[in-house]
Amino acid sequence: MHKEAAIREPLILGHKSYHQITEDVCKPIEDKAPKMWYILFTIAAVIGLYGVGCILYLLGTGIGTWGLNKTVGWAWDITNFVWWVGIGHAGTLISAVLLLFRQKWRMAINRSAEAMTIFAVFMAGLFPLIHMGRIWVAYWVMPLPNQFGSLWVNFNSPLLWDVFAISTYLTVSLIFWYIGLLPDFATIRDRVKKPIPKRMYSMLSFGWTGRAKHWNRFELVSLVLAGVATPLVFSVHSIVSFDFATSVIPGWHTTIFPPYFVAGAVFSGFAMVQTLMLVMRKAMNLEAYIHTKHVEYMNIVIMVTGSIVGVAYLTELFVSWYSGVEYEAYAFINRATGPYWWAYWSMMTCNVISPQLMWVKKWRRNLMFTFVMSIIVNIGMWFERFVIIVTSVHRDYLPSSWSMFYPTHIDIGIFVGTIGLFFVFFLLFARFFPVLALNEVKTILKSSGESFKNGQAHSGADELADLKNTNN
Amino acid sequence: MEFQVSNKAKMLTTVLMAVGIVFTLVGVVMAMGDHQLGTKIYSNMLVNSFFFFGIGLGALFFLALQYATETGWYAVIKRVIEAVAGFLPFGIGMMLVTLLTLSFTHGGHVYMWMDPDTVAHDSLVSGKSAYLNQAFFWIRTIAYMAIYFIFWRGFKNRSIQQDQNADMAIDLHFKNYRKGAAFLVFFAYFSSTSSWDWIMSIDTHWFSTLFGWYTFAGTWCSTMIVLVTLTLYLKKKGYLPKVNESHIHDLGKWTFATSFLWSYLWFSQFMLIWYANIPEEVTYYLTRRDNFTFLYFGMFFINFAFPMLILMSRDAKRHAGILTFVGLIIFAGHWLDVWVMVMPGTIGPKASVGLLDLGMAVLCLGFFVRVVLTNLTKAPLVAVNHPFLDESLHHDI
Repeated sequence: MHKEAAIREPLILGHKSYHQITEDVCKPIEDKAPKMWYILFTIAAVIGLYGVGCILYLLGTGIGTWGLNKTVGWAWDITNFVWWVGIGHAGTLISAVLLLFRQKWRMAINRSAEAMTIFAVFMAGLFPLIHMGRIWVAYWVMPLPNQFGSLWVNFNSPLLWDVFAISTYLTVSLIFWYIGLLPDFATIRDRVKKPIPKRMYSMLSFGWTGRAKHWNRFELVSLVLAGVATPLVFSVHSIVSFDFATSVIPGWHTTIFPPYFVAGAVFSGFAMVQTLMLVMRKAMNLEAYIHTKHVEYMNIVIMVTGSIVGVAYLTELFVSWYSGVEYEAYAFINRATGPYWWAYWSMMTCNVISPQLMWVKKWRRNLMFTFVMSIIVNIGMWFERFVIIVTSVHRDYLPSSWSMFYPTHIDIGIFVGTIGLFFVFFLLFARFFPVLALNEVKTILKSSGESFKNGQAHSGADELADLKNTNN
Repeated sequence: MEFQVSNKAKMLTTVLMAVGIVFTLVGVVMAMGDHQLGTKIYSNMLVNSFFFFGIGLGALFFLALQYATETGWYAVIKRVIEAVAGFLPFGIGMMLVTLLTLSFTHGGHVYMWMDPDTVAHDSLVSGKSAYLNQAFFWIRTIAYMAIYFIFWRGFKNRSIQQDQNADMAIDLHFKNYRKGAAFLVFFAYFSSTSSWDWIMSIDTHWFSTLFGWYTFAGTWCSTMIVLVTLTLYLKKKGYLPKVNESHIHDLGKWTFATSFLWSYLWFSQFMLIWYANIPEEVTYYLTRRDNFTFLYFGMFFINFAFPMLILMSRDAKRHAGILTFVGLIIFAGHWLDVWVMVMPGTIGPKASVGLLDLGMAVLCLGFFVRVVLTNLTKAPLVAVNHPFLDESLHHDI
C-alpha cells in the first residue's frame, strides 16, 4: 500500500468523501452559471471578435498591414507564436513529466492545465498561418503529392520541422486530455437529469461504463500516451528554438537555445496556470483541492525554471564576449543599451529578478502575490521573445538597412484578440467540462486527504457511506 | 547493518590498480622519445580526475536534489549515494594535482591560454585573458572546490547526526532541505563555469553556450550508472534487503532519463553548429569528425542507442543483469566522451586510446571503487531516522 510520510502537507483539505468530491466537481456544471461567468464571457468574446475582425482585415489586405519592414521581417507575429506555444507547455509537462515523477499534487490541476495547453496551441498555430498571407494555400506546408510542378516542402527547414512538431504535440495533447475526460464525462452523464445534456454527455463519454476492461484499457493507453508525451515536452520548444538557432544571425545562433527555450516555456506555462487556477479555485469553490500547497509547488517550479532561464541569459551574455566575435558581442550590447533597452530590461526584471522573490516562503504561499507574479512572468516572457526576435534583426550586418519596428493597430488587435479567444475557450471549458480530474483525485484521498492523514476519518465507515450515496 | 569490504573486493580493486600502474608504465616506456609524452600524461590526468571527480560531485548533486525536492523513495539507498559522494574530497585532490601540474608547465600544451608565448601571438586567446588567466582561474577553482567541500561535509555530518538523534531528525531534515536548495543554486552556476574553465578552455578559440549543460548531463549519467550498479552489487551481497524492485526500477529510470538528457544535449549542440556551419564554431566538430570518426560517433551511438533500445521496457529496468550490462558499457562510453572532449585539443589528430590511457583509467577506477566501498563501511547502511524512510520501505510502483 502507498504510504505518505506524516510531515507532508495534505493535498485535499477538510473532511471529504468520494461522493463529496463528485459533488464538488459536478456542481458548477449542473448549476446555472453565475452572473460573473456571463460578464467575463461577454468581455472575452468581444475582444476575441475584435481580433477575428483584425485577422479578416489582414487576410483581405495583406500582411503589409502589420508593422513589418524589409529589415524586421519577423516581429509580433512570431513573438506571439512563440509566446503561446510556450504557454502551451505546462499541460503536457504536468500530465506527463510530473506523472513520471509521481507528483500527486498535479492531479488537482492537470485537467485545466491540459485544456489551457490545447487552447494556447490553437492560438499559437494561428500566427504562422496568417503570416503566410494566403491562408487558403496553408496546406502547402504539408508534404502532399501535388500537381504544381516542382512545388515541394523543404525538409531542411526548421520551419517545416515546426509544422510536424506542433501538429504532433497538439494531436497527442488533445487525445491525452480527452481520454482522461472519458470517465469523468460518464460520471456527469449518470448524474444529470435533463434529457438533452444527458444525451450530450453520453456522446462525449463514448459509452464509458466503468467496466474493469474499460479501466484496464484506459490505464494502458494513458501510460503509452504519457510515454509519447514526455519527449514531446522537449521536442516542441527545442524545434521552435531551432527556427532561430540554426540561422547565422548574432543573438539567434547559440547552442543553449533548445534546453533554454524548454525551461522558458515551462516557466511561462506555469505562470499562466497560476493565473487561471487562482481565479478558478475561488469561482468554482475548489479551495479544498487547489490550495496553498499546490500554489507553492507551482511557484517553486516557476522559481527553478526562471533561474534556469536566468543562467542561460548570463551564459549567452558571457559567451558573446568570450567568443571574441564582434557581431555577437554587439548584438548583446545593442539589446541592453540600444533603442530597445527598455524591452531587454523589462525581460530581465520580470524573468530573472522577480522569480527570485519566491525564495521567501511567506510570499510564495501568498495567493495575491502569486497572482501578480504570474502576470509579471507572462509579460516578461512575451518581452523575451520580442527581444530575441526584434533586437537581433533590426540592426543587421548592413548599417544602412538598420531600422525599427513599430506595431500597427492590427498587430495589437490580433494579439489582444487571441487573448480574448483563449479566454472564450477556457470559460466554455470551465462551464461545461469537469475542471478537476475527479476520478483521479479520488485515488489520493485516503493517502493525502487531510482528515485521513490526521486520523479523523476512517476508511471503513466512509466507504459504507459512499456506497450508500452512490446507490442513491 | 554494517557493510564490510570483502576480501575479494579488496583483492579485485588492488589488482585493478596494479594492472593500471603496469599498463601506465609500459605505456610510458613505449612512448619514450615522443615529444608529446608529457602532454599525454597531463591530458589523461585531466580526463580521469575530471571524470571521477564528476561522479563524486554528481552524487552530491543528486543527494541535494533529493533533499530539495523532498523525495521519499530514495531513503533506503541514501547511504549508497553518500558513499559515492564521499569520493568528492579525493576527486578534489586529483583535480588540484592535475591543475597544479598544468599551471607549473605553462598549461602543458593542454591549456594553451596558460602559455605566455601563445597569449602574446594569438589575438583571440589574448582577447579572453581577462577571464582566462592563471590568477582568476585559480580563484575560481578554489572557490568551486571549497564550496563543494563545505556542502559535502555539512550533508555528511547531518546525516550521521540524524542517525544518532531521533528527536532532531525532522529539524535536520528541513535543514537539509534548505541546504539542498542552496547547493543547487551554487551548482547551477559552477557546473557551467567550471566546465568552461577546465574543459572548454582546452580548445581556447572555440565556444559553445550549451557546453556546461552538456558536460553536466554526461557527469550526471555516469553518476546514475555508478549508483545503480553499486546498489545492485550490495543487494546481491545481501546488504540491502529492503531495497526492492521498485527502487531498482527508479534508479534504472534515472539512468535511462539522464542518457536521454545527455543525447538530447549532444544532438542540440552538434546539430546547431553543423547546420549553421560557421568556421569559428564548426572547427571543433571537424577535427572530431575527420580524425576521431569512429571514437566520436561510436561513443554517441553507444551512449544513445544502448540505453534507448535496451532500457526502454519496464522489465529491463528491473533486471539486475541487463542494468549492469548496459550500465558498464555506457559507463565506458561516457569516459570516452570526456576523453574525446579533451584529447583532440591537446594531443591533436594523432591521439588514440592506448596503453597509457587505459592504464591510467583503470588505475583511477580501482582507486575510485576502493574508496567508495570503504566509505560504505563508515556508516550504517540504512539511515534509520530519515522522515521518509517509511515511504521508501513501502515503495511500490
